[in-house]
Formats: sequence, C-alpha cells, structure tokens
Amino acid sequence: MPGVRPPQEAPTSRSDAELIAGLRRIVGNEHCLTRPEDLFAYGCDALTLDAQRPAAIVLPESTEQVASAVALCAYLQRPFVPRGAGTGLSGGAHPTPGAVVISLTRMRRILSIDADDRIAIVQPGVVNADLSAAVAHHGLFYAPDPSSQQVCTIGGNVAENSGGPHTLKYGTTTDHVIALEIVLPSGDVVRVGSDTGFAAGYDLTGVAVGSEGTLGIVTEVTVRLSPIPEAVETLLAIFDDVPSACRLVGRIIESGMVPASLEVIDRRTIEAVEASVYRAGLPQDAGAVLIIELDGAACELQAQLERVRAFAYEEGVRGLEVARDDAERARFWRARKGAFGALGRLAPDLYVHDAVVPRTKLPEILEKICEIGDRHRLRLSNVFHAGDGNLHPNISFDRRDPDELARVIEAGREILELCVAAGGVLTGEHGVGNEKRDYMGLVFDDVDLDAMRRLRDVWNPDGLCNPDKIMPTTRPCMESNPKARGYDAVPID
Amino acid sequence: MDVTSELYEGTLDCVHCGLCLSDCPTYLDTGRETSSPRGRIYLMRGVAEGQIELGPGVADELHLCLGCRACESVCPSGVRYGALLERAREQLVDAGLRKGQGPRLERLLLRSLLARPARLHAFISAIGIVRALRLDRLARRLLPAALANAQALLPPIPPSPLRAPLPSWTPAVGERRGRVALLEGCVMRELYGAVGRATIAVLTRNGFEVVVPEGQACCGALHAHAGDLSFARSLAERNVVAFTEQGGAPYDAVVTHSAGCGAAMKESGGWLPGRSDGLAALTRDICEWLDESGLVAEPGRLELRVCYDDPCHLVHAQGIADAPRRLLSAIPGLELVPHAGASDCCGAAGTWSLGHPEMSARILDAKLDAIEAASPAVLTSGNPGCLMQLRAGVEARGLAIRVAHPIELLAEAYGMAVPGQR
Ligand SMILES: Cc1cc2nc3c(=O)[nH]c(=O)nc-3n(C[C@H](O)[C@H](O)[C@H](O)COP(=O)(O)OP(=O)(O)OC[C@H]3O[C@@H](n4cnc5c(N)ncnc54)[C@H](O)[C@@H]3O)c2cc1C
Ligand code: SF4
Ligand code: SF4
Repeated sequence: MPGVRPPQEAPTSRSDAELIAGLRRIVGNEHCLTRPEDLFAYGCDALTLDAQRPAAIVLPESTEQVASAVALCAYLQRPFVPRGAGTGLSGGAHPTPGAVVISLTRMRRILSIDADDRIAIVQPGVVNADLSAAVAHHGLFYAPDPSSQQVCTIGGNVAENSGGPHTLKYGTTTDHVIALEIVLPSGDVVRVGSDTGFAAGYDLTGVAVGSEGTLGIVTEVTVRLSPIPEAVETLLAIFDDVPSACRLVGRIIESGMVPASLEVIDRRTIEAVEASVYRAGLPQDAGAVLIIELDGAACELQAQLERVRAFAYEEGVRGLEVARDDAERARFWRARKGAFGALGRLAPDLYVHDAVVPRTKLPEILEKICEIGDRHRLRLSNVFHAGDGNLHPNISFDRRDPDELARVIEAGREILELCVAAGGVLTGEHGVGNEKRDYMGLVFDDVDLDAMRRLRDVWNPDGLCNPDKIMPTTRPCMESNPKARGYDAVPID
Repeated sequence: MDVTSELYEGTLDCVHCGLCLSDCPTYLDTGRETSSPRGRIYLMRGVAEGQIELGPGVADELHLCLGCRACESVCPSGVRYGALLERAREQLVDAGLRKGQGPRLERLLLRSLLARPARLHAFISAIGIVRALRLDRLARRLLPAALANAQALLPPIPPSPLRAPLPSWTPAVGERRGRVALLEGCVMRELYGAVGRATIAVLTRNGFEVVVPEGQACCGALHAHAGDLSFARSLAERNVVAFTEQGGAPYDAVVTHSAGCGAAMKESGGWLPGRSDGLAALTRDICEWLDESGLVAEPGRLELRVCYDDPCHLVHAQGIADAPRRLLSAIPGLELVPHAGASDCCGAAGTWSLGHPEMSARILDAKLDAIEAASPAVLTSGNPGCLMQLRAGVEARGLAIRVAHPIELLAEAYGMAVPGQR
C-alpha cells in the first residue's frame, strides 16, 4: 500500500534522564511531573480502558515553553501528547508508553475580548464555560456547549471539534473558530486563519479543528462570540417511549423550524439523574423526555411555541412542561448535562458511545441498538442529540469482569456497524482517538485513509505528535467496508 | 489497601468523567490531574488494585487535598469523597507514611490539646499573655513554622467571661416550643464564646430551652481529617452518650454553631455504624434549625450591607446554602449582597492552611478580591476555621469589614448586646 508507514516504535535510544532534565529546564521543576503517581494519573482521559503510562508530564505556561518542549521531543524523537482537561471520551489524550504529556491547563488566560467585533482570543486551557461567563456582561456567549463545558478546555474542544446540545442551531466548534496559533510538531509556531474570519489560501484552521491533537499543539484560539438571544423557551415533552419522542423531533424539523436544541433522555437515564445532585424533577415513570429549546426574537417565539405544542399533542405527548424561569431552565440543563456522570451510579464504568445516523432513521436504529444491548446482557441507556441524529448509547459495566468487558466491546462494534450501514458515521463529537481508529475501515477505504495519512504526515512527519490516534494501526477492517468488498479480510488486532 | 474494603468499593462509584475538576481548589491552583478529585480517587483505586504503591506521593496528594468536598457537591455519580478521604488518610497513618515532625506534632496537638478543654483553655490563655506582653514576634521566630502560622491566624483572645463555659441550662423565653442541646465546640468555646452566647440567646428568644450537656466532647472532625479515625471514634462515642443517653427526655435537636462539627456529627454514623445514627439524625446546624422551625420573634432593624460566605462543611458536606441566607434576609434593613465564588473554599480547611501557607494565601486572595468587590460592612460565615481565616485576610488587607457568624447578627437584631469581636 503506498504511503502507509509501520506504526512508530517507542524510541529508546536516548535516556529518560536526558529528556526529563531538558523538560525541567524549559518549564521549571515544579511543572514537570515524573512521580509514579503522576504517570499513573495521566494514563487516561475519561475513557479509562487501555490506560498507559507516559514518561513525564509538563505543564507549560506560554507558547514559547510549549514550542521548546515540542522541539526537545522532536530532537530526542520522543512522542508527545497534548492534553486539556482530560474529559475526552475516545482516548485522544491517552499517552503512548514513554510519551511526554503536554498539559495546557495552566495556559488559562483570556487574552482579549472585542465585544464590538464579537471576537475573543484565548489560551487553550481556558475552560469552555468560563469563556461564556466572562463575556456574558457584553450580552455575548460562546456557542459550542459540550455537556462537559464546566470543565473541558477550548483547546480540547478545538481538537475534537466538539459540539453540544445546541449544535443543532449553532453548529460545532469549527463554526466558531476563526484563527489559531499552533506549535507544529517540529517546534515551529504558525498562525492560521485570521481575525476577520476570512483568510487567503488553504483553510488551515478548518484542517486543524477536529485533528485530535495529531497536527500540532494549539496555543491560542480566536473564537467568534454569539449574541445572547433575546428570548428563550425551554420545554420538557414527556413520552411513554423513545420512538414517540423521536417522531416529535421529526415533526418539528420537517416544519422548517430550527430549534436551538432537541435532546432525548430515556428512562434509565432519567432514573440515574434523578438519584443524583442534578435531579430536576423529571418524571421517573416516563419512557422518555424530550428537551426542546427555542430561542430568538421574542415576537416569533410564542408562535413557534404554539406550533410545537400542537405537534406534541398530535404525537401523543403525555405531559408538556415549560420552564417558568431561567432557574428552572438551568435545572433542566444541569440534569441533561449531568446525565453521563449520573449513569456512573449504575456500575463502576461507563462506556459512552457516539455515532450519527440520519435523523429519520432514529426510531428503528434505537430499537435495534436496544436489541443489541439486551442480546449481550448489558445495561444500555440512551441520551442523545436527537435533532442531529447524534446518538450516545451508554453502556454501564465493570471493567474488572473480562467477560462483560468483551461483551461491551462487541456490542459497541455491532452498534457502529449498524449505524454505518444505515448511512451514518463513526462519531458525532467525541472523536476517533485510539478508541475507534480500527473502525475507520468501516467508512473509509485504503485510498481515503491514505489521503488522510499523507495530510497528517506533512505537519507530523515523524508521527511523534499524538501517535496511535485516528489512523488505524492495523490495516483497515475491509470485511465490513462496502467499498472494499472482495478483498481478503484482515482481522483487527 | 484491601481490595474488598469499603474504601475500594467507594472508589468504584467514580466513572472518571472529570466534572468535579473545576470545583477543586488544588486542581485550579496547580492544573494537575494528580491534584484533582478524579486523580486522587484514581490513586486510591490504583493502590487498592496494586497498580501503584501506597507511597509518599500518594500521601502528599491526599494531604494536599483541603477536604473541602466541593467535588462531592458536583459529582453526578454520587461519589462520597469525604468518607473516602478519611479512610485513605487513616491507611496512610497505618502504613507509617505520616511520620516526621509535622504530622507527629499535629497528632499530638489534636489528641492532647484540642480534645482536652482544660489544657486548651490554659494554652489559649498563655497565647493571650504572650500577646499582651508583646512577645508574639519573638514567639514567631522560635516556634516551628506551622505553629507560628497558627498563632498569627488566631483572632484576639476574647476576655475571660466570654471563655467561661456556657450555662448548662437556659430556659425558653415566652412560650416553650422545644428543648435542644448545644454542642459547645472546642475552638468555638475558646475563641468564639460570643457566638455560643448569641446562639443560646437566639434559640431561647425563639422558644427553645437550651441544654449544654455535661460530658460532651470535641466532635472529632479534625482528628478524622488527619487520619486519626480511632480517636475520632472515641470522641463520637462520648458524644453519643452525652447527647442521646443522658439528660432525661430526648432532645428535639442537637444544635451546632460550627459547620465542621455539624458535618462530623451528621456523618458520625460512618464512624460508629449503628451506634451513632441517632445522634447523626438529631444534629442540626443552628441556621438550619432556625430556618426549619421558623423564627417566632420578630428581629429588629439592622441597616447593614452583608456578605455571606458558605463554609465548605455547611454547603458541600451538609448541602445547606439557603437557610443562612434566608435567616439573614429576615432581618429588616439588612442588605444581603452576593459575591462571586461564595461557595468556594477560603483556604482555611481546618489545619490544612498551616501546612500549605502559600497555596492557602492564593486561595484566600481570590476570596478577598470577590469580597472587596462586593464591599460589605459585615462578612458572615458559620465556621470557626473560616472566621479565623477571613478575619486574618481582611485584617492583612486593611479592609474595614467586620467578620462575624450569621447568628451574631441575628442576636444583635434582637437587641442583644453580645460583647463584639472581629
Ligand atoms: C460528562 C461528559 C460530557 C461530554 N459531553 C460532550 C458533548 O456534549 N459534546 C462533545 O463534543 N463532547 C463531549 N464530551 C467529550 C469531551 O468533553 C470533549 O471532547 C472535550 O472537547 C474535551 O476537552 P478536554 O479539554 O477535556 O480535552 P482532552 O480530553 O484533554 O483532550 C481531547 C483531545 O484534544 C487534544 N488536545 C487537547 N488540548 C489540545 C491543544 N491545546 N492542542 C491540540 N490538541 C489538544 C488531546 O490530545 C486529545 O486528543 C463529554 C465528556 C464528558 C466526560
Ligand atoms: S465528578 Fe464524580 S464521577 Fe466524575 S470524576 Fe469526579 S468524582 Fe468521579
Ligand atoms: S475535597 Fe476539595 S480539595 Fe479535596 S479533592 Fe475535593 S474539591 Fe479538591
């Protein structure tokens, strides 16, 4: 296969001691962590499977320090892995053994806010929700709102092209990032994009957003801010089952309305949330709750609200609640955003799946997903961005039980195959990371994958920057790739 | 650690989602995963599963933790972090990882000073004398750093009438609504006698007869936080006897005016399973109790601009945020002004600040910035550690802000002249 390189071996030619001494000189002793406890704690992100230990962790405070650390790694041929808050769900911030983790959490300054042009320039470690809080008094907010927004960093959002419940109307991170400063894997610092949002030449900002830290380390982000809408209405539509909720979603979208968000929470998730600190009084006997948020000009909103109400009754809604005030709205959202964590109550581990299917196929796919869960005797729950067909089937399990773990992985694979066969994709917002790289063959053939590899190799020629992510290490799984049918199957792993 | 232990089981509640990170003062200060709640729980689990050793690094991280439990308030998965921390710290002691001068001194002071009222009284008197003779500067040079810091943190030592034991029985004023017991508290008694007196005054004015039972002991919170669970258990045992097994008819409530003591008593069921559940169920913070039972006496006017700062062990450990605010707002003329980060730790955290003066100062600085921006006349908080830390901070910045327990303002609104203190 042309252009396909063997996976990079962990380099052993230079000693850890030399590396660590160099890193200490760059960031200072205090910000270079090498105790066994640190290496253990930085072994994984929010996906705890396949944890590894890095050689060291550095916490730089400036672009210069990042560039120097990267240059040192390049010189010593050491792999390095950028990391934000470590809330990633696809293992994107997992270190390869012996890698240097470059944590951006100390680079958390908002560098400038231009309320008139609605632009902010931030360091990558700024926490998503902190940015919105900092610009609220200008009547502005930063639109991408992952459920982890109280914690996750803008740098991590850029790397994952993160979305959130409001992606339906506002788009994902890529729609709100207009320029970046990036430390390339060589240690060079480049600026891509421009503060006007228009730039001549290749759209390198677009290439970097969603590259999962494999093209360099983002050290500055210029984002577009959005005006806080004049009015917001948030409804809870209570249904007996998930398919009915999905049908209402279909009705609303087909009517031409563009709600800010349409989120479905199933019964098992409701129970978990109601048992947690994020309880919001969701009815625990409901089969599903659909959160509908409408925003925009006050004069238009009432009419929309009435239409939604009418559709809801036609689709057999059991109850409809409208948030009385901002406090109640916040409570609904806290419940929705605390859902993943709340599912942690069911078992020691949670596998948060992420796939996208055409919205119209939601009811039938969800039914099949539940079948897969049942067949594998797994506790599966669904909480998802229904408006864009972005599913999150979540599986509660105990990683100490090897048999259950095997069933989780098998069910996960079947769910992905199902979604892909229905015309969907591997991930809506959590990225490929190391979790799904060996499924890339489900949707891309060798030529597609090779094009991606060659793009990566231009900036990351030695493969040192976040290795083992996105691109499959084995040859793609051609068995299930419709484009590649007829070739010999190559087993994964 | 034993893989089947309660501690290990508790760590399994954590799904590693990270939603607690932004609420953790040590993560915010350092940016480090290892110094975050998720990191600490992962270390505990790693030790139990034999993936890492129970060594000095684990000990350092578990003692860098303030025990503020802000992580518990935001954890969707219901991790009982405070209980895990206590157990894990006990194991550090058992494993011999709390050696050296500091931990030994801490244990000694907690066991043989804090829990011994007579000695504590003599000790505080001695500090008063040292200060009166202006020997404190000298003392600062001679004492070990942590002790010198402690000395600097102490408020002015109250006059001796305020340090006398509280009356063992005070009748209700007007119609009697019930009978409550008061936990006097060790630090509260020596340094905040005015608060104890204000508490009794407000309770009696609202129809409660107040008993301060004999034989009561220190709540054991600081001992447990330091990993001395066995001593904490013995103190809890004494309190079970004092508050639930003597004194005739059962009390309607056991009231505390210190958030730390209240949290410890409410959770003492975990220390003495089965034995302490009755005491735990009876325990109420003073603000919680008054809010629950309602004020019957109308407070008078106090034209004051007031900030309320949540003690961690009230808001996070006991989940009480509204009650003190409602009580303060019930005072006519009092303007309760919000300040940013009211529920963030002030950096005192019991004895923690003594061992981590620099980080404590940074945490306190953020708090004081928010307070300054709100510019109140009085800053209130309901826990002795917080009162000391906030007072020291306000004084160091030279701010003209009085620091008081909310119950003191309520007592003043009832027209009670409690000899004030800052
Ligand atoms: C409870 C929960 C809810 C979530 N909800 C959502 C959701 O609604 N929508 C959504 O999209 N995601 C969601 N996520 C996933 C996750 O929060 C996002 O992917 C987030 O953007 C990760 O940010 P982080 O700072 O934690 O990054 P990390 O997890 O630390 O890193 C993520 C990836 O970004 C790379 N990276 C980090 N910083 C940089 C940088 N400065 N430069 C280059 N690469 C970098 C890392 O190498 C890694 O590949 C959720 C996760 C959890 C645990
Ligand atoms: S919020 Fe709770 S479940 Fe999530 S990482 Fe923190 S302690 Fe663990
Ligand atoms: S108790 Fe406080 S300091 Fe300790 S981990 Fe939790 S939030 Fe952090």
